[in-house]
Amino acid sequence: MTSVNETNEPSRRAVLKAGVGGLGAAMLPSMAEPAHAAGPATAPSAVGGGAAGGIGAALKRVEGPLKVRGAATYAFEWPVENPAYLYPLLSTIASGRITAVDAGDALAEPGVIGVLTHMNAPRLAWAEEPEVAVLQSDKVAYHGQIVGAVIADSIETARYAAGLVKLEYATEPVDVDLRADRDDLRKPEHAQGFGQLPGDLMNGSPADTTVGDFAAGMASAVHRVDATYTTPVQHHNPMEPHAAVATWTDDEITLYCGSQGVSTPQELLTRAFGLQPGRLRLISPYVGGAFGSKDFSALWGTVALMGAQLVPGRPVKLAFTRQQMFTLVGHRPASIQRVQLGADAAGKLVAISHDAVQETAKAKQYAEQTVQASRSMYAAPGRRTSTRIALLDVPVPTIMRGPGEATGMFALEPAMDELAVKLGMDPIELRLRNEPETHPETGQPFSSRHLAKCFEEGARRFGWKHRDKKPRARRKDGWLIGTGVAAATYPSPRLPGSTASARLDKNGRYTVRIAAADIGTGTWTTLAQIAAEALGVPLDRVTLQIGDSAYPRASSGGFSSGMNSWGTTIYAAARALHTALDENGGSVPPEGLQVTVGMPDDPKLKQYEFGSYGAQFAEVRVHEDTGEVRVPRLLGVFDVGRVINPVTARSQLLGGMTWGLSMTLHEETAIDHRYGNFVNNDLGGYHFAANADVGSIEVHMLGERDSHINPMGSKGAGEIGIIGTAAAIANAAYDATGIRVRDLPLTLDKLLR
Amino acid sequence: MEQKITLRVDGKERTLTIDARTTLLDALRERLGVTSPKKGCDHGQCGACTVMLDGRRVTSCLVLAVANDGAEVVTAAGLAHGDDLHPVQRSFIAEDAFQCGYCTPGQIVSAVAMLREAEEGWPSVVSEDLDADRVVLDREEIAERMSGNLCRCAAYVNIVSAIEKVARS
Repeated sequence: MTSVNETNEPSRRAVLKAGVGGLGAAMLPSMAEPAHAAGPATAPSAVGGGAAGGIGAALKRVEGPLKVRGAATYAFEWPVENPAYLYPLLSTIASGRITAVDAGDALAEPGVIGVLTHMNAPRLAWAEEPEVAVLQSDKVAYHGQIVGAVIADSIETARYAAGLVKLEYATEPVDVDLRADRDDLRKPEHAQGFGQLPGDLMNGSPADTTVGDFAAGMASAVHRVDATYTTPVQHHNPMEPHAAVATWTDDEITLYCGSQGVSTPQELLTRAFGLQPGRLRLISPYVGGAFGSKDFSALWGTVALMGAQLVPGRPVKLAFTRQQMFTLVGHRPASIQRVQLGADAAGKLVAISHDAVQETAKAKQYAEQTVQASRSMYAAPGRRTSTRIALLDVPVPTIMRGPGEATGMFALEPAMDELAVKLGMDPIELRLRNEPETHPETGQPFSSRHLAKCFEEGARRFGWKHRDKKPRARRKDGWLIGTGVAAATYPSPRLPGSTASARLDKNGRYTVRIAAADIGTGTWTTLAQIAAEALGVPLDRVTLQIGDSAYPRASSGGFSSGMNSWGTTIYAAARALHTALDENGGSVPPEGLQVTVGMPDDPKLKQYEFGSYGAQFAEVRVHEDTGEVRVPRLLGVFDVGRVINPVTARSQLLGGMTWGLSMTLHEETAIDHRYGNFVNNDLGGYHFAANADVGSIEVHMLGERDSHINPMGSKGAGEIGIIGTAAAIANAAYDATGIRVRDLPLTLDKLLR
Repeated sequence: MEQKITLRVDGKERTLTIDARTTLLDALRERLGVTSPKKGCDHGQCGACTVMLDGRRVTSCLVLAVANDGAEVVTAAGLAHGDDLHPVQRSFIAEDAFQCGYCTPGQIVSAVAMLREAEEGWPSVVSEDLDADRVVLDREEIAERMSGNLCRCAAYVNIVSAIEKVARS
């Protein structure tokens, strides 16, 4: 077949080891020690903050020198000998059954090793979970479901041969129609923890809540808003496609697999394949973006392992194509949201309701907490929320950056703007008048809530007081100019199930291990900073090890929970190590000291409401003739607690705000109602913000420590940046044009009158 | 159908026999172990696979390897000399112009080539004077010229800052 002239070339493995300096070992599983936290020689040291590199130090990413050369090892890039390639085959119907399979032509193609379909795929021990199990029956639940796979000696052959596999189907009617007036909408059940726990919604909260008398409040109101907002299907589209390299031998089962955590998928796949605990090792030190799409779904791991079982001892490589990612790794569900607000003459809210209808899959219920922010944002005596879902022939939706609030705040916050217009009141003033003292539903205190200060600081920096009171009042060179504002909130949860080890060697070096993930958030740097602070030693004495299921179990990265969950656990491990050292009379034995501890219980978690806050400001220009929308300026001020690392935190918020801009102006996945397929399923058809779409974005953090949440005093920063951005931009577009767009995205056709 | 070709990759001559269907990107990544350029879309829509091919930036997923026998290829790995990083690479680190890092090698190759294009007076769609001998790389010019490289972590503001600093120096 093919051959590579390697006569004068060192092996790939040697090249990799030699080429990346001090962090080279990161690329080999047996030597995974990438975070000598002082970083390699080329990494700048602290540019401010603590000289010891603890919490608050503005450190550059420790893996930066690797990433700028393309030398950080993503899943598909792990060097393996003589790999086989697997190419998945996707269904071309949305509902029905496979009635016939003809793999003859594919199998006859030179270089093809095997063809997997439901007829011959390994039977899984846990075949009911559609986000893990594939090829277990002839049933097709959505367009673009995996119905087969070709394994071959090369990518080209696998892909070509996949086109030779012939499938016949018995089709059933397709229903992908999300409407609020469907008569089969239902209350979601058992959606918590992706269906693992009994709570109605994904975050465990009930589908419906009621406090006081909403109807009476609304009847007594002087000013009322009753409006419906819609958001479309959106797709995560991390730059790195979902990929896995699997090797299955009698001794080991290894899966290099891009993932938001290694422990959860390791456990899911262990269950699916009926393996002994610990037999499967999952390794994922670097992840090329995830945004929710690499959290629960483990399909790419399942298929790669099935392929590896077929060719024992030979590594199997799989990467979904960009097109395949649109159906196999989840999406943000479309929503239809009705918000009703009632206020007295002074602008005090007397009634709030938020009713959400969302799409989900017949294959599995996913129901996110779209209404959650309306439960906590503003005070009002009469209030209610509800969530209903439509079960459709669509792929299973999942969490996507800011799940719940990102869409929900596109309803509540424009409605608040509409109310401010009716009242003739400044929209910031309206929000400040309705700040709750305690959580409006639970009555519990907030651990910290500096929303008012965010608005105050933002208004000053943005120059808000110069704003014209009337819409469509400013124009320049054919562009209508407007400004808008919105509030942001996102919970800062601590997820259960993390454990960390801390070790002190005789030479004075500390090693902290936890199976956490860095999906681009900066974990390699920030967790090391937390460890240094917790251990009370300079950063350069700490080695952090993450991204490998061989390390102590950790929750996945998501919901802005990472630092809170993992950092708290590392603090506990550091304390236990100090205790062990004290018990040993302060000396380190020759074999070193090591402790492994779980995340401690904390009674405060039940006593307070924990969350991040923000004030989003936008300047929008709308072209008077073409309706083109530009966003030359965004400014956000955020209350994310004490900042672990201002460099990486700013990037998180900057990224989140740019996501907000992107979901407002561009993002929409169209579905063909005849066939149930996503139409614009590539990056040419699914637009997200490119460089030229983005203007000035300013990020400011208050840096106020939260004294209740965790030992660091930090709150979540991963989601809050996207929350409220779309509302601020849509409110600014109204200010520019006098046109209220209630349906995302804010495309030019909606602004031409 | 297979053919023997020679490529000069990051300064090293590499000879290989390849399938005529193999893209330059797959030849680099899967055959030569050069994984610095990334596969993001395989359709020339994201720019993660950007390399310099005979001095020009290209999306290597849209180039067939067999059609480029004898070509010179430079990846982000080849812009650095060991631990001695290219000024654009250093600037990307200093400005935190990446998060997950997957689009970064393509961004950096694209930036290096773009700086050269600007030096040579190539106009962009936002250039006021198409015949100007010299292009002033302000933020708008940089953003426009870098819009073939998508970044889903959305580090765009920092990417422009990183390139602007190099362009000014």
